[in-house]
Amino acid sequence: MSAAWAQAFALVFDPYNIFVMLVASLFGLFVGAVPGLTATMATALLVPVTFFMAPIPAIAAIVTATAMAIFSGDIPGCLMRMPGTPASAAYTDEAYAMTKKGQADTALGAGLVFSALGGLFGTAVLMLSAPALAEFALKFSSFEYFWLVLLGLTCAVFITSDRPLKGFVTLLLGLLVACVGLGNPAGFPRFTFGSTELLGGIGMIPMMIGMFAISEIIRYAVDTSPQLAIVDKPIGNVFKGMWRLAKKYPIQILRGNAVGTLIGALPGAGADIAAWITYAISKRFSKEPEKFGTGHVEGIIESGSANNSALAGAWIPALVFGIPGDSITAIVIGVLYMKNMNPGPTLFTTNPQNIYAVYLLFIIANLIMVPLGWWCIKISKQILKVPRSILMPVIMLFCVVSSFAINNTAFDVSVMLTAGIAAFFLEANGFPVAPAILGVVLGGMLEENFVTSMIKSDGRLMAFFDRPIAATLGLLTLAVWFLPLLLRRLRRLAGIAEQA
Amino acid sequence: MKINDAVWGALFLLLAVAILIHVQGFPTIPGQKFGPALFPGVIAAGLGACALVLLARGFAKRGSRGNGARWIAVDDWIHSRRHVVGFATVLGINVLYVAVVDRLGFIITGTIYLGALFAVFGVRVRSIVPLAVVITLGIHYAFYKLLKVPLPWGILERLAW
Repeated sequence: MSAAWAQAFALVFDPYNIFVMLVASLFGLFVGAVPGLTATMATALLVPVTFFMAPIPAIAAIVTATAMAIFSGDIPGCLMRMPGTPASAAYTDEAYAMTKKGQADTALGAGLVFSALGGLFGTAVLMLSAPALAEFALKFSSFEYFWLVLLGLTCAVFITSDRPLKGFVTLLLGLLVACVGLGNPAGFPRFTFGSTELLGGIGMIPMMIGMFAISEIIRYAVDTSPQLAIVDKPIGNVFKGMWRLAKKYPIQILRGNAVGTLIGALPGAGADIAAWITYAISKRFSKEPEKFGTGHVEGIIESGSANNSALAGAWIPALVFGIPGDSITAIVIGVLYMKNMNPGPTLFTTNPQNIYAVYLLFIIANLIMVPLGWWCIKISKQILKVPRSILMPVIMLFCVVSSFAINNTAFDVSVMLTAGIAAFFLEANGFPVAPAILGVVLGGMLEENFVTSMIKSDGRLMAFFDRPIAATLGLLTLAVWFLPLLLRRLRRLAGIAEQA
Repeated sequence: MKINDAVWGALFLLLAVAILIHVQGFPTIPGQKFGPALFPGVIAAGLGACALVLLARGFAKRGSRGNGARWIAVDDWIHSRRHVVGFATVLGINVLYVAVVDRLGFIITGTIYLGALFAVFGVRVRSIVPLAVVITLGIHYAFYKLLKVPLPWGILERLAW
């Protein structure tokens, strides 16, 4: 084990890897700080570049860029009342109210310091829980995996949307997209309509770039809201008073970290949902809930740490089961496969040094976030002045070239564009896109385990409940499906008026 | 653009039915009960069920709002010429890119691509061409030279560096 750790240290502290982490940090800080560019978009844009890297630097680039982006998303929220990434949206109004009260330094400082702490907490949970889960998962057969994937997909539908029906629709669309091509247990070309390009299936990376970047650019093109002004007040020492805040709100910090990590680990829900939920929790249990919304730092501390801890939490199911915890890890899983680091429990036994290296990357990323983030706050006004009229077209051309670079075919550019338009219209009509992504990523795995299990049991559906773990997972899945319906029925029977 | 749930429901129902019919033609594997049609069939059936609920909901919503509720409601931007042109350019320029990149090559196509978008997004007129050329060359250098992506040269083949 110590030899593996030594190898991991050597991999991570390699000069090239450190260089990659620094460049990725700057990239992440920039992308996060520019409204309309998200951490997921940063990940998607990094993929073609990671093609040409060894596995650890490739992962390092993604881990660092996303951690930085989730933090720096706080900056425009604070200075312009416009979240840099969706993960900061929950407390943007609060942070902006603090800025107007002349407390921008405290709001940004809390965002930075407690983001780093949250990231470290999430990493600690990842380090402790992932190997244990992996050992447990070694006993899994196709039945357990079938239920696990189904449970993950179900969670994605129920957590990411207040409208489960529309979530189900996009999930099913995603699963259908996953059906295209030869990649099914029978090896039969499905829905290819004679096209050779479709034989290999619809490329996941071009699809993701389309759904997360192109749809965002279309939204920019049709955005009629007036240009926002930057609050031009000097920002003081952002670290001042942080120790006092940490002593004042220890429970909020711990709760934000724990809930954030948990939400991150649940499939489909990532940093943005973690921030919304923890902000609500913070207000609910606060001693001074009336101060929320008026420029009160408590909620920022709790949800600002939660969104960063969610990032690390999302890697737990991604590494152990190959089930992404959020849209970033959905892309990461694709990268892991390309780098021959196929996610799954065996990843922990055959090449432990790679896993240890991932832990180290998270720790370093969250540590260097403090000085780099401080610097980013210093120059934030310059970053926010970069004209988006120039930036958006450049990003779009970058997306086009990135999609092309995956397989060197223009077909993937069409896939990207189609996915972008579809995501734009679906989201405008209240259909969440996260379940669709999960459907595409997990469709193959779901089908394979479903068909294998059906063959093993000769079509007897009760066999899916024969093994104890499978039965537990199965009952859990069914509970998530039917419990809300059942509860609603019971409430109606009991004569309690339903909430509108 | 807000489209009534019933319209979405009808579209998805159509898709589900088309898939269910299409998978009937998939082969069965001798000695095996479960062929390639099973999984997409189950998914399509699920989609069909969701589509029916969407249809019902859409009609219910329309009914409750009286006859005024529209099937399709357009957003504000549709009345602004600048935004409509922006939307159309974002889509059109990508279609154009796919259509001509192999013939014209990346450098020419990329310059047109950026130039058109800069123009509709309101970049200053005299900056458009220099910016488009420089940035396209920059992206070309990064991907073609550093990342070894074979971006097409097209009509500039003889100048290839």
